[in-house]
Amino acid sequence: MKEKKPEKVIIRIKRQESPEAKSYWEEYYIPYRPYLNIITCLQGIRKTLRTFDGRPTTPVAWESSCLEEICGICTMVINGRVRQACSALVDQLEQPITLEPMKKFSLVRDLIVDRSSIFENLKRVKAWVPMKDTQDRGPGPKILPKDQQINYALSRCFSCGACLEVCPQVNERNDFVGAAILSQARLFNRHPIGKEIQLERLKALVGEGGIEDCGNAQNCLEICPKDIPLIDSIAEINREITFNLIHLIKGK
Amino acid sequence: MSEAEIKPSIHFWLRRLHSLSGIFPIGVFLLEHMFTNAFILGGPEAYNHKIEFLRSLPFVAFIEITFIGIPILYHALYGLYVWGTGKSNLTWYPYPRNFLYTLQRWTGLIALIYIGYHAYHTRIVNALFGTEVSYARMAELVSVPWVFWFYVVGLFAVMFHFANGIWGFLISWGITVSQKSQKIAGLSAALVSLALFSVGISSLIHLVNHP
Repeated sequence: MKEKKPEKVIIRIKRQESPEAKSYWEEYYIPYRPYLNIITCLQGIRKTLRTFDGRPTTPVAWESSCLEEICGICTMVINGRVRQACSALVDQLEQPITLEPMKKFSLVRDLIVDRSSIFENLKRVKAWVPMKDTQDRGPGPKILPKDQQINYALSRCFSCGACLEVCPQVNERNDFVGAAILSQARLFNRHPIGKEIQLERLKALVGEGGIEDCGNAQNCLEICPKDIPLIDSIAEINREITFNLIHLIKGK
Repeated sequence: MSEAEIKPSIHFWLRRLHSLSGIFPIGVFLLEHMFTNAFILGGPEAYNHKIEFLRSLPFVAFIEITFIGIPILYHALYGLYVWGTGKSNLTWYPYPRNFLYTLQRWTGLIALIYIGYHAYHTRIVNALFGTEVSYARMAELVSVPWVFWFYVVGLFAVMFHFANGIWGFLISWGITVSQKSQKIAGLSAALVSLALFSVGISSLIHLVNHP
């Protein structure tokens, strides 16, 4: 079964010069080649710097780094669905291909958004193993292989923000931290030493924008490019909170 | 949430209370209510006898206000607030669970309107004008076709909201953690609701066929 290959790849991009500027759509094309991905298309557009009807235009701003779905920085909305541009193959997409920046983050320019809120929230839930010094204390506690497997799945998160983009509870009226943060809190609560500040993490998560904002739409699970069991993480954090309700009522 | 500081919030506690109130007392009351409805199938005498018993309970007004009236009102009003914190995005992400998320909100609204109507005609009129609730009165109410269908729709909304609510409650309290347990819980809750729905529907049909 051979499909007819198109001669051109038509791409529509939502442009916006600055956070304050008005957004507009521009259309481009590049000659078709097999195995194109969205990043190679964006590079092609940058080479010609012309719109579909041949008008000169400004370079489209986007971010990319690893080109193998490991860094998460090229996350954008492609044909209405959030995903990484590097692993979005033209042969599997319907044309014209539309590219938009993620809507749940503040815009920087064109396809670039500011995702520092994820980092701030990771800090808020103390998503790390607390260490007071660099003294060598020998090997750490043993972790069972079955626990390692779960920890590994959780550690694959690269903070791309897709789970926030698809979450109906993340919007301009709501400051929900989102699935990625809850999952990282779970990861470090599972760590034998990270567990030490479990209660501090839970306190952060019963605060404003915390876990109560989850509406169980479970879109995060569907969209996560790394297949992280985000839903299990949210329920697990809920369980930890239930077991610590008395501590959490006391502590402000 | 952009700064790395923690702002304490009452929202978490109110949300957990909202989640709990849907199961206890509202869910428990729903079970009792459907059990009482089933007496309709035994004819006017059995049903009226059951109603007499309920009316003779000590502190009945206190029980009704504390365990039925206030919880439903709280669950409804806070539920509307929670609806306002979300923004449905089914168009781009039409996943089954996302659909249930949106449906949970709409059935909640339909259930609220239906319960308001139902409570007015079966309880509030009694308090205001002394209209007695009985088998004959119920049969008269649902003999009007649109009222009958309104009851069917309302009953369905309540039962869907209850089933999906049990599923959500079990996640929100961390009782079902794995995706498998959530699936089993969801299916079980749906079966319970379906059973309750059939009791409701058969009582309604019985009322229409044996006025």
